[in-house]
Amino acid sequence: MAKHMTGAEMIVEALKDQGVEYVFGYPGGAVLPIYDALFGQNQVRHVLVRHEQGAGHAAEGYARSTGKVGVLLVTSGPGATNAITALTDALMDSIPLVCITGQVPTHLIGSDAFQECDTTGITRNCTKHNYLVRRIEDLPRVLHEAFYVASQGRPGPVVIDVPKDIQFASGAYHFQRNIQHKTYRPKLKGDSDKIKRAIEMMTKAKKPVFYTGGGVINSGPEAATLLRELVRLTGFPITSTLMGLGAYPASDKQWLGMLGMHGSFEANNAMHDCDLMICLGARFDDRITGRLDAFSPHSKKIHVDIDPSSINKNVKVDLGIIGDCAHVLEDMVRLWRAEAARPDAKALADWWKGIDHWRARNSFGYRNSKELIKPQHAIQRLYELTKGRDAYITTEVGQHQMWAAQHYKFEEPNRWMTSGGLGTMGYGLPAAIGVQLAHPKSLVIDIAGEASILMNIQEMSTAIQYRLPVKIFILNNQYMGMVRQWQELLHGGRYSESYTDSLPDFVKLADAYGAHGIRCSDPAKLDAAILEMIETPRPVIFDCLVDQKENCFPMIPSGKAHNEMILAELGDDAGVELGNVIDEKGKMLV
Amino acid sequence: MSKAYPPSPYSSPLGKHNAESHTLSVLVDNEPGVLARVVGLFSARSFNIESLTVAEVAHETHLSRITIATSGTPEVIEQVRHQLERLVPVHSVTDLTLAARAIERELAMVKVRGKGDARVEALQLAEAFRAKVIDATTESFIFEITGAPRKIDDFVDLMRPVGLVEVSRTGIAAISRGPEPI
Repeated sequence: MAKHMTGAEMIVEALKDQGVEYVFGYPGGAVLPIYDALFGQNQVRHVLVRHEQGAGHAAEGYARSTGKVGVLLVTSGPGATNAITALTDALMDSIPLVCITGQVPTHLIGSDAFQECDTTGITRNCTKHNYLVRRIEDLPRVLHEAFYVASQGRPGPVVIDVPKDIQFASGAYHFQRNIQHKTYRPKLKGDSDKIKRAIEMMTKAKKPVFYTGGGVINSGPEAATLLRELVRLTGFPITSTLMGLGAYPASDKQWLGMLGMHGSFEANNAMHDCDLMICLGARFDDRITGRLDAFSPHSKKIHVDIDPSSINKNVKVDLGIIGDCAHVLEDMVRLWRAEAARPDAKALADWWKGIDHWRARNSFGYRNSKELIKPQHAIQRLYELTKGRDAYITTEVGQHQMWAAQHYKFEEPNRWMTSGGLGTMGYGLPAAIGVQLAHPKSLVIDIAGEASILMNIQEMSTAIQYRLPVKIFILNNQYMGMVRQWQELLHGGRYSESYTDSLPDFVKLADAYGAHGIRCSDPAKLDAAILEMIETPRPVIFDCLVDQKENCFPMIPSGKAHNEMILAELGDDAGVELGNVIDEKGKMLV
Repeated sequence: MSKAYPPSPYSSPLGKHNAESHTLSVLVDNEPGVLARVVGLFSARSFNIESLTVAEVAHETHLSRITIATSGTPEVIEQVRHQLERLVPVHSVTDLTLAARAIERELAMVKVRGKGDARVEALQLAEAFRAKVIDATTESFIFEITGAPRKIDDFVDLMRPVGLVEVSRTGIAAISRGPEPI
């Protein structure tokens, strides 16, 4: 039944119909009618951020921890351009977002009006799709289509640019729950012949490995449940990308830890030596593959992905299955159970023996200290003390992020929010705000670096305003640690601009915002300080002063293969050698 | 540190070796920005565009056909196709080169300047290529020629020594043979 209303009212109505609880936004001239429509209703709650980038990351944090679409509302011009980084981040990590941007009235478009920018032009390459609504008749359809496109298939950000005159115009509003889109209809069910072939290949494998990614998490909790079932049924080892952590429990013995540039020795060697790789919802990113022509040279590869363009993009595979992870996994589990053939048990046992040998190398190990807090130790203590406390972890980007991925053990999906593809410093705090809103009773911690946290520190005000008790756990080494590490690897240890000088006093900064500040530099006092943070029912900034010189190992240097990892000892003792591990060609890579 | 590896079957598909030219036919919703999406995709992913034509082909349903000639390794061409299919307003993408039964045509207007024997020569060549004279002055001709892109290339090459001034080409339009649609 069509109701008559203004464009601005349609937007709020559509958000209600889509079940949106929170909109992250910042008002401005070109969205005032929408803000007026939000006023005086409390079904859709608006969260006022302090910068539009924060709105985007907060919506991402909300989306990733709930599986729902995250929504942001920003004004024209600078409002839209400030949101670009977050939109690109969501595109790279396949996070469903709907971003509503105000636009100057249609008759002014193209005239270089005040706060005008070509929003659809600028966001075309950093969104899954975008719309400029020029007629009020199109608005209801576009609003609901945007949620459909954002959430279906491989998720991603969608922008709806709404000129101010369209917000004022009135028309008929209608809501159709099940959209039959004329062109965009992603395939969910995998081709059953191909899945049969995959099962056949799995029964013949002698050295198999599961390699899973964010696609398993995006596919929903059933996908993670089915993955666990399949992995247990087969007895195969499993590793995952940064984005896929939590889909398989890290405490399980079949778990090899994360793979890739800072992944575990056992995971990377298993990838290199396997004879069958079963890739589920991952995309053979360069941080995963290392040197492409030496990537897993002796294996057959199966790739399950909902996005056909992911298959054979970076790595040629032997069997590509297009479909949603949960659907394909369900078929795989069923067919595996029905299949009489089983892999050679002796070969599989030998494979595990080899893996255990690599595992014994303890590649995430480090030399602990009584004088200085080692960053890895800080993460381990944080993990031990927050275990079982319903914790959600976000991160910024850099060494701390990799240490968190290595040392914090995730048992469930949707508990780990990090900027993987784009590598956005400043992601963690706003993301934590989005997570905390979605899970008000849970413990939400942003594991941060002292450099990253300053990129969106203004969102502390948002946390205070909405009484969101997010915890910011800063591993403060006074360096942009990953930049410094690469300068050691590539540029003779010339630390060009990577020292973070003139840092604020984080304890006083917390105080200034009305949060609680804690500082700790003594390993002996670390546990008590972490407990104090956990038990404080307000936002906390924890300034954890760690060993400034620690580097993040193990590491596949750029341009090298999975079986050419640098392990911690080399890094610790042989500083000279560290400068020589990357060759000229590798230096060109990022 | 570096070791010798056995030659891997999985080398980077993005190399420039064994590049092929393919013609893709892309049926899209004729909505604002759709061409920008397609062109933006090519530049963002470093794909080549050798020729591109676009026009509305079904007025009532607002459908346009974009015909793109691109080049790359077979792996790159496959990527181009999948990436195009990912765009929301795209209905279908067909690789007409793989279909093998496609007809490609292009129209060109060729301006030639000259006097005396050169004029006679130009006219004779034009006749051999079934090019029409669509404009003439005492010292110039403009020829209209339609054909496969290769034929137009040949014609233009032949016009060079007889006084080629400039060429304007439409780019490729293509369609599959037989009763079935693309």
